[in-house]
Amino acid sequence: MAETTIDEGETNREMEVAPALIAVHPLEKSVAVAAGAELRVFDLEGDCPVTLLDDSGGPLHADSIRAIRFGAKGRLFASAGDDKLVKIWTTDSWRCLRTVCSEKRVSAVAISHDGLFVCFADKFGVVWVVSLDEEEGNQPLVNKKAAPILAHYCSIITSLEFSPDGRFIISADRDFKIRVTMFPMKPFKGAHEIQSFCLGHTEFVSCLAFLCTPDYSQGFLLSGGGDSTVRLWDIASGSLLHTCEVGAQAELVESNGDEVCHPAVTAICTFPVGSLIAVAIQSLHGVMLLNCDLSGRTLSVVKVVSMGDVFIATSLGMSSAGRLWMVTGASNIHGSNFTSLARVKVLAGFEMSNNLDSSENEPCMLEDANIPGGEKVLEKLQGCVSLAKEEKALAAATEAVKIAMRNLLIKKQYSVDKRELRKKSRNDRKLKQ
Amino acid sequence: MSQNNKPNTKISNSTRLPRKRFYRARAHSNPLSDSHFPVPITPLNVDYSLHYPHFFPSYKINNDNDDVTSTDQAPSLGVCSKKIQFADIGCGFGGLLVNLATLFPETLMIGMELRDKVTEYVRERILALREANPGQYQNISVVRTNSMKYIPNFFEKGQLLKMFFLFPDPHFKEKNHRRRVISPHLLDEYAYTLEVGGIIYTITDVEELGEWMKACLEGHPLFEAITEEELKADPVVKLLTSATEEGQKVARNGGQTFQAVYRRISVSEEESR
Repeated sequence: MAETTIDEGETNREMEVAPALIAVHPLEKSVAVAAGAELRVFDLEGDCPVTLLDDSGGPLHADSIRAIRFGAKGRLFASAGDDKLVKIWTTDSWRCLRTVCSEKRVSAVAISHDGLFVCFADKFGVVWVVSLDEEEGNQPLVNKKAAPILAHYCSIITSLEFSPDGRFIISADRDFKIRVTMFPMKPFKGAHEIQSFCLGHTEFVSCLAFLCTPDYSQGFLLSGGGDSTVRLWDIASGSLLHTCEVGAQAELVESNGDEVCHPAVTAICTFPVGSLIAVAIQSLHGVMLLNCDLSGRTLSVVKVVSMGDVFIATSLGMSSAGRLWMVTGASNIHGSNFTSLARVKVLAGFEMSNNLDSSENEPCMLEDANIPGGEKVLEKLQGCVSLAKEEKALAAATEAVKIAMRNLLIKKQYSVDKRELRKKSRNDRKLKQ
Repeated sequence: MSQNNKPNTKISNSTRLPRKRFYRARAHSNPLSDSHFPVPITPLNVDYSLHYPHFFPSYKINNDNDDVTSTDQAPSLGVCSKKIQFADIGCGFGGLLVNLATLFPETLMIGMELRDKVTEYVRERILALREANPGQYQNISVVRTNSMKYIPNFFEKGQLLKMFFLFPDPHFKEKNHRRRVISPHLLDEYAYTLEVGGIIYTITDVEELGEWMKACLEGHPLFEAITEEELKADPVVKLLTSATEEGQKVARNGGQTFQAVYRRISVSEEESR
C-alpha cells in the first residue's frame, strides 16, 4: 500500500516539471520564452524587452505554461498551460486580447492562419475552439466561450496544428495516433468529418510540424515521437511516406538487456525556405538536421550539430531570417535552487538552406554577444546573462523533463501481481461495516 | 443425486461448448485503464489468418527465437480480398455474432470486448461451433481491445457496413457520461469507420441511456434515422432484442428496450436536409 502512495506522490510532483519553451515571430520581429509560469518576450525590431499588458493586474499565468506560439503570420501570439487559461495576445502592442478559461489543464494550442480562431487541447483529449472575430454581432455570447470540436477518447493531446491551407486541423496524442480532421467554416458545431488517421508511431506522438514550399503548397506533415522516429505523412490519405530513425542515427538508443531505451523526439521545426528540418531529441546535446526530398517523399539525416557543452534543447523556434533559436531548461525541479532555468542559443547559417555541403554555409552557433539583439535579449529571456556556472543545474533540469515526459506519456507497465495489488487499493469498493 | 452433478470441466462434455460459469466476470470494466493487450499499429497489421483461418490460411515461419516473422497466403488458393464488415462493439458472450454468422455466411465479422475472461469464452465458443458445424462460423471472431481508443487501428476509413452497440455500459453518474461508448465525439470515429450508407444499431434497457444515444445520433451531422419501413425490412433488427444474453434476460423480466438505428450519410446529404 505504502509503495503505491509513494508512486503516485512522485508522479504528481514530477508532472509539474515543465520544459522551457521558445517561439519566434515568423519575420523575427520578436522572440518569446516560457519558463515555468513566466512569459518573457523581447522585441527584436524595437530592440527592447517587452512588458506584457494584461487586464488581470497579477501574474500573467499562475502555473506552468505548456504551449506558446505565434500565429496568423505573426499578428497573434497564444500562451496556455497548467493554470487552465489560454491567453491570446496581439503582437503589435503585446496587449492581451482575450483570456479563455479551460476546464482542464491545457496541453497544446494552435492559431488558424487567418487569425479568426484559436484552438486548444486539454489533458483529457478534448480540442476546443474560440473565435477571435469581434465583428460577429449575431451571437456575441456564443463566441465568447470555447466550444469543444473534437476529442481523442481519454488521451492526452500533445500537439495541435492547422494544415497550411487551413482546411484541416491535426491533433496528436499519447496513444500513438494522429488524427486529421476537416476544419469547418463554422467550427462551433464541431469538427465531425475525419479525413484520415496517420498511424505508424509505436510510442506517443510528441510534436507535429508542416513542411511546405511554393511547389508543394499542400505541404507534408512531420511528426516526432517517443519511439525516436521522425515520420513523413500525406494527410489526405493518412499514408506514412517515410520513417527516419533519428535516435538510432544519432546513436542514442541504449539497450540494458531486455529494455531498450528510445530517446523521445521533443521538438521539430521546419525552415520556411527550402526543405530542412531541425529536430531536438532527448539525450542529444545539440540538434539534428534532416532534409526532405519533396519529390521522392523521403527524409534523410544531413548532420548533427552538436554543442560543446550541456545543451539538450527542450524547444525550437525558427524564422524566415534563417536562424534557429533553441532553448533548454525547465521549471519546478525538485530539489533545485532555481524555480526555473532557461538557456537560449542561436544557430545561424541557414539562408542558403540547401547548400549545407559547401563550407561557406556551415551552420554555426552564435556567440552570446552576436545573437540578434545581443546580450540584452539573453538577459530578458533567460532572466540573466550568463548561465556558465549552472551546467549541473541545467543537466538536472533536462533529466527531470525527460522523466516527467515519460511518466506523463508512457503507460506504466505493471506486473500481474502489482496490478492485482493496485486493484485491491481501489477506492470504489463499499466498506464492510 | 450424483446424476445431477455436472463434471467440473470448463467445456461441457455433451455440447462441447464452454460453460459460462467458468468465465464469469463483472458486468463493468473500466475503459480508462490502459490494459495490456496487443493493438495493431495500423489496420493492415490486423492478422486475418489468426481470426479467419478458413479464408486466410497461413504458413507461419518461425525464426530461431520462435517468433512468428511472417505469414504468407497459401499460394494455391490465391489472395482473399475480404475485409471485416460487421463489428459488434462490446460483444459480451457472443450471442449476436453467433446469430449473424449464419445469416450472412460470406461476411467477415468481429466482436470487440474489453473483459479478458469474456473474450476467452467467446473464443472458445467460436472454436467449438466451428468444430461441431464444419464450414460454418468461420466468418466470426473476437478480439480483446478497448474499442473507444483503438477502432481506427482495426478498420480503414469506410470499411464497415454495420456496427452494433448492444446494451452498452450506462455509466449512470453524470460525471461519467463522457465515458459512454456512444457520445458526440466518438460518433465522429464511428462515422469515419462506417461507409456511407452503413448502419449503426444501438439498443438498451436503460431509458435514460436510450434517450441519450438517440439524442447523440440525431444531433450528429453524419447520421440520419432509419425509416420505419427499413426497420421492418431489416432482418438484423429482430436480433437486437433476441440474440444476446442481455436481451433475453430483459425479455424474461418483461423489461422494455429502447433502440436507435441510424444510417451514415455523406456531408452533401446532410447539407440538403
